[in-house]
This record gives sequence, structure tokens and C-alpha cells, in this order.
Amino acid sequence: MDRMHFGQHSSSQFNEALESIRNRLMEMGGLVEKQVVDALEALLRADSGLAEKVLQTEDRVDQQEILIDEECARVLALRHPAASDLRLIIAVSKAVSDLERIGDESAKIAAMALQLAEEGESPRGYVEVRHIGNHVRNMLRDTLDAFARFDADKAVEVAAEDSEVDLEYRSAMRALVTFMMEDPRAISRVLNIIWSLRALERIGDHARNIGEQVIFLVKGTDVRHISVDEMEKEVKKT
Amino acid sequence: MKMVDPDVMVRRDDDRQSQRAASQGVKMSARDVKVFYGDNEAIKGIDLDIMENEVIAFIGPSGCGKSTFLRTLNRMNDTIENCRIEGKVTLDGEDIYDPSLDVVLLRAKVGMVFQKPNPFPKSIYDNIAYGPRLHGLAKRKYDLDEIVESSLRKAGLWEEVKDRLDRPGTGLSGGQQQRLCIARAIAVSPEVILMDEPCSALDPIATAKIEELIDELTESYTIAIVTHSMQQAARVSHRTAYFHLGELVEVNDTETVFTNPEHELTEAYITGRFG
Repeated sequence: MDRMHFGQHSSSQFNEALESIRNRLMEMGGLVEKQVVDALEALLRADSGLAEKVLQTEDRVDQQEILIDEECARVLALRHPAASDLRLIIAVSKAVSDLERIGDESAKIAAMALQLAEEGESPRGYVEVRHIGNHVRNMLRDTLDAFARFDADKAVEVAAEDSEVDLEYRSAMRALVTFMMEDPRAISRVLNIIWSLRALERIGDHARNIGEQVIFLVKGTDVRHISVDEMEKEVKKT
Repeated sequence: MKMVDPDVMVRRDDDRQSQRAASQGVKMSARDVKVFYGDNEAIKGIDLDIMENEVIAFIGPSGCGKSTFLRTLNRMNDTIENCRIEGKVTLDGEDIYDPSLDVVLLRAKVGMVFQKPNPFPKSIYDNIAYGPRLHGLAKRKYDLDEIVESSLRKAGLWEEVKDRLDRPGTGLSGGQQQRLCIARAIAVSPEVILMDEPCSALDPIATAKIEELIDELTESYTIAIVTHSMQQAARVSHRTAYFHLGELVEVNDTETVFTNPEHELTEAYITGRFG
């Protein structure tokens, strides 16, 4: 990892604070990843028990967000971090917001799962949910990996995958809209599937955002709001 | 060894400071400057351009040569025995180590403020008037009064001392004394002001006043400041130069140095780790 050498700080307390922030972020990432997986399972298997569990865990995700933000604020106030330390704090505090939002989206999926479980199974749209769901799950795992290993190349891959997910989302929408026109009685059920797909697509966006923070952390360049190709060039450049 | 190429400095279009620096001329320039104390090479060939009206901060660990380099800019090292200087330093294109050059005049053009406030054991008025009298800048008492007032005003000290100009300068507080020294440096109409850790003996409020003052002075003067406080370098300077073991490792926009330094040694120093 170029120029990422955490753990050699001349102040051991500062070291510990940075280390603790990173660990907490990874912990939160793990929890959120589990939320996404559980919400998807609950939806696809019409498992209302699992959906309830996802909704209950959301509080813990929120608490972790607050905790990590407090630690970041403390380091900013007491240590005046600079260069890579500063970028770490900025990247973590932004990534934490994205993780929390991913938690929110998972809760939305879980709420849809509850409704769909009550209304009885509707196989329509499940193929798309499974497909996009798997994709988004991998993106989230990869982006957290990239953060843990300071791997900017992997973060670019996540962004590329996000573009694919967006395409898949659009074609799934077309298919489901066609289906609703053919069978208006299924509209309310299909809408629930659509909301879930929408939530998954948003999770993909948040995973990409986290990847962008990884690139900022490792390379020091801001790659938000540019295309994947430009992003790749920026990462190769520095 | 990196040279400050004005072209390199305009890397980001949105960077106000870079554009500002690049649009200005070079005020002082050092080329392959080496300083020896006896056999010991304290500075090992430094190339650096200081732009007009910029504040450039020199940072680095103790003994890295930043103060020594600062002192070569107005030949303060001349006063140190067995100190030898090689290379070329120019002010507006003129070699300041030219034997025919008047050193006293040079030090009026390139003033210096030291770590410890060192007012003369004279009145506040005489502290300021000393330089202008020496250089014959004021013909009449009236002119001298004006120089004293405007210098004290520029140094942000006038309101605090205008009623006691005849009292000794040493009776002021530390922060006021330091501003008095800055006013004294300003009084001889310098072009460049060198500051060697000007705030290290001051409390945070006095420090804030000096920093505010530096910001105002940059409209009329070029300032080079040595500081051990990285926050101070970050706050007051447009560009920051990092020195390490007598070499200039990196010079860049201050923002770049503190968010994304180019060199590993700079990163290690400003984040407080040496690995």
C-alpha cells in the first residue's frame, strides 16, 4: 500500500484511536452486510421472522454510526490529523453515513418482505431480485474489502459493477411494468418488488460511494461524479 | 531535489493559491545553496524560488536546516564563525552574496523577526525610529512620527501603545513585544520579511494576532516563516517547504502538503510518524 502506514505513529494513543476507528468501521460494515443478506433471504423465502430480525437490528447500525462519528470528531479535535490520517477520518465519516443508509435500505426490503409474506408468494420479479441482490451483495463485500486493504483498484471494480447494476435495474423495471399492464390485479404485489429492487439499486450506489472514499483515502484524489473510465485513469495516474 | 517550477504549480485550475503564485514574479531565488559549519554540511544544495507576496513556510524536524536556510536569505549566517556558504541567492535577480553589496542595506530590504521578541532597551518610539534614522528615511521629525505610526498600525499595535510611546519597549507583554519587533522590521520598508518561529514564545491569543498580521502583511510583503507548529504553517502559508537532514524534500501548495503530500518523508513528518 503506497504511503499507507498506519501503526507507526509516534503517539501510541493516536495510533490506538485510528486503529479503533478502523475496527469499528469494519464491525459496522460486517453488521450492515448481514442486514442486506438477511433482508434478501427474508424477501425471497417469505420469511417474516428473518424480516423482523432485520428491522430490530437497525437500531444497532444507527448506534454504531453515532459512535464512529463521535470518535472521528474526537480525533479531529484533539489530534489535528493531517495527510493520510486526515483522509482516513474524512473517508470513514463519509463511509459511515453510506453504511447507515444501506442499513435503512435493508430495512425497507425487510418491510416489503413482511408485506409480501402476508399477501402470499408471488414468483414474479424474484429472479430479478435474486440476480441484482447477489450482485449488490458482492459489491458491498468488495467495497468493504477494499477499505480494509486500502485497495483502490478494487474500489474501481465496485464502481464498474455499480454501472452494471444500474443497467440491470432498468431492464427489470421494464419487465415488471409490462407485467403490471398485463395483469393489473398483481400491481400491489409487483410494486413491493419494485420498491425492493429500488432499495437494492440504492445499496449499489452507496457501495460505490464507499469505494470512492477508499480511492480518496489511498490516492488523495476526489473521484466523485465522474465516469468509471475517468476514475480508472485517476487511480492509475497517481 | 525539487525545484519550484511555476508551471508545475498550476496543476489544478481551481486552486486559487497556485494561480496566484504562478502569476507573480520570483522575489528571491536560491540555487544549489550549501551551508557548512566547519566540515559539517548543514544544507546540501537547495534550489528554491520564493514568489512575490507569498507566505512560504519552512517546516521540518529540528536540525533539518530550515532556520539555517532562512538565515542565508539575509546573510545572517555571516555573523557565525566558520560558517561557509556556497551557491547563489538572489533578490530581484541580484546576487546578495556579491562582495560589493551593502549588507546593512540588504537586511533592511530583507528584514527578520526572531523567535524571542528582542526589542531594544529603548522607548517604543525609538525602537521603531531606530532603523529609519539609521537609513536616513526621514528628514524631519514629522516624517519620522508618521513612519512610527504607520508601522505600528500595520503591526496592529498602534491602538495599544499610542499613549505610551515614550515607555520602554521591554515593558510590553510578549505578544506586544513581538508585534513591536515586526513593526520595527516594517519601519525600514522591507520587501521580504523572514520570521524564525515568531510565535513559539507566545500564548494562543498573541499567536492568533501575529498570524492575522502575517495575513495582512502579505499584501505588501513577501514572507518566509520557519515554524515548528504545523497547524501554524497550514494556517498562514500559501506554500510549504519540507526540509529533512539539510535537504529540501518537497515544496508544494500548503493545501496539498497537508492533505496529500507527494513525498513519503513529508507524510511521515506531518502525520507525526517516522517509520
